[in-house]
Amino acid sequence: MIQIEKLRKVYRTRGREVTAVDGVDLTVREGEVFGVLGRSGAGKSTLLRCVNLLERPDAGRVLVDGQDLPALSGGELRRARRRIGMIHQHFGLLSSRTVAGNVAFPLEVMGVPRAERAERVAELLELVGLTEHARAYPAQISGGQKQRVGIARALAGRPKVLLSDEATSALDPETTASILELLRDLNRRLGLTILLITHEMDVVKRICDSVAIMRDGRVVESGPVRELLLRPGSELARGLFPLPDPVLRAGTTVVDVTFEGDGADRPFVSTLARTYSIDVNILGGAVEEIGGTRIGRLRIELPGEPDVNAAQLAHLREAGLAVEIHGTAGDAPGAPATDPATDPATDEEAPVS
Amino acid sequence: MTWDEMVPLLRQGTLETLQMTVWSTLFTALGGTLLGVLLVLTERGGLLPVPAVNKVLGAIVNIGRSLPFVILMMAIIPFTRALVGTSIGTQAAIVPLTLSAIPFYARLVETALREVDPGVVAAAQAMGASRGQIIWKVLLREARPGLVAGLTVTVIALIGYSAMAGAIGGGGLGDLAIRYGYQRFETGMMLAILVLLIALVQVVQSLGDLAVRRLTHK
Repeated sequence: MIQIEKLRKVYRTRGREVTAVDGVDLTVREGEVFGVLGRSGAGKSTLLRCVNLLERPDAGRVLVDGQDLPALSGGELRRARRRIGMIHQHFGLLSSRTVAGNVAFPLEVMGVPRAERAERVAELLELVGLTEHARAYPAQISGGQKQRVGIARALAGRPKVLLSDEATSALDPETTASILELLRDLNRRLGLTILLITHEMDVVKRICDSVAIMRDGRVVESGPVRELLLRPGSELARGLFPLPDPVLRAGTTVVDVTFEGDGADRPFVSTLARTYSIDVNILGGAVEEIGGTRIGRLRIELPGEPDVNAAQLAHLREAGLAVEIHGTAGDAPGAPATDPATDPATDEEAPVS
Repeated sequence: MTWDEMVPLLRQGTLETLQMTVWSTLFTALGGTLLGVLLVLTERGGLLPVPAVNKVLGAIVNIGRSLPFVILMMAIIPFTRALVGTSIGTQAAIVPLTLSAIPFYARLVETALREVDPGVVAAAQAMGASRGQIIWKVLLREARPGLVAGLTVTVIALIGYSAMAGAIGGGGLGDLAIRYGYQRFETGMMLAILVLLIALVQVVQSLGDLAVRRLTHK
């Protein structure tokens, strides 16, 4: 639905050049919620603004629903933009218009006749649950309600794609949850493809099907959330299941086991202990509900060096679990350096192993 | 001078002052808004960035702003004469009044438009709004409280300038004040004119404030 190829955007200011987006490739499939995760300055906002050409890329292609946007003329681009909804961190509402007036704005821009406009506005306000606030001004409603207006407005032209620019970053946790739920719901009910950018791991956890992690203008990791979590050394996994630095003791093997769905319900630790008559030491772990499936990560310690545990590790892998082995004290090289930061996905130092 | 002698003169003077102020305000609102919008559009990073045009417009505005009204009024007498056929009288006074107020109001318009949240403009662009739609429906609409507040200041300045216009035969309360209050030492007349001018400014300011309050939804 959205295809970004070798996208580059450089800002030039008086002798200084900053490459905000540095050769990004990204594919957002129809009907999915795709999150771009990164800390501020990573280039994710510029990337998003390049999708509807609020920023003109210096190089690369941006295809939305098969249409090459940078190639369009002014009028064609305006018409194309009407089919791409966008919501903003600070809402971007007209303070001089009521809630209904704000939702009517894009319809006016599109030249929808007045009677039809009123009907569509009522429909949209109902969709986001703001019917009773139709006549209020933005200054009179809460942040969450303002974002609902933003969402209603973005959907006015029945877009297939919604771009979300840190839409929940200015909201408190409860409001964030309700807005994310609304987006999830719209994604399912309307088949709306959503491309969102965020610096919050929580947003990815709650609604994203796929994710790309951005740093210094580049995508360092991307793919379906589930796949990334099961991939050894994934930054996303470390971000979602923050575990402290493993304390490696000689003669033991420390293993991170990631399990999903059924695996979360099966007592693989006790099975392992019983089958091989070993003591399994649990060092830490967490279970999260991600995109409707339970995914968990457990750090366990097995007696003996990794080569002694080959059968045990194979047993875990055969059970459909993703296994990541940390080195023992003897062979630290090659061990994935687990970052202690709680949000390593956006940490500059965490290398991808 | 008796009260009965003063009243018809004052009525006539007030009417002329109002006439000068209303017409020049109208032309200033149009010209100043246009110039202010152009200043904002053409600046670097604006909706229609043409830095060269922006510089020229800015220079014109600055020149207009640096000329004291009394001097401008005398300097453009040939222009005024060419435009309205005379350089004396209420109608003639409207020309220099408008010309001096346009750059003044243009700067106020520019400031008011800059106050509009750039996020709202970006949102409108993302919706596929055209430049014209953004100017009309976003910039001018969102800036309305600032535009009206600026216009109020301009109207009051125009009332003041119109009194000066009296000095070269523009009519109005200023003209009365010079001929009766200053040249004939009619203190009563002078006081009455002062009271009228103060009342006029108060009314304009109150109406302006009221309008701004009603337009503000923040």
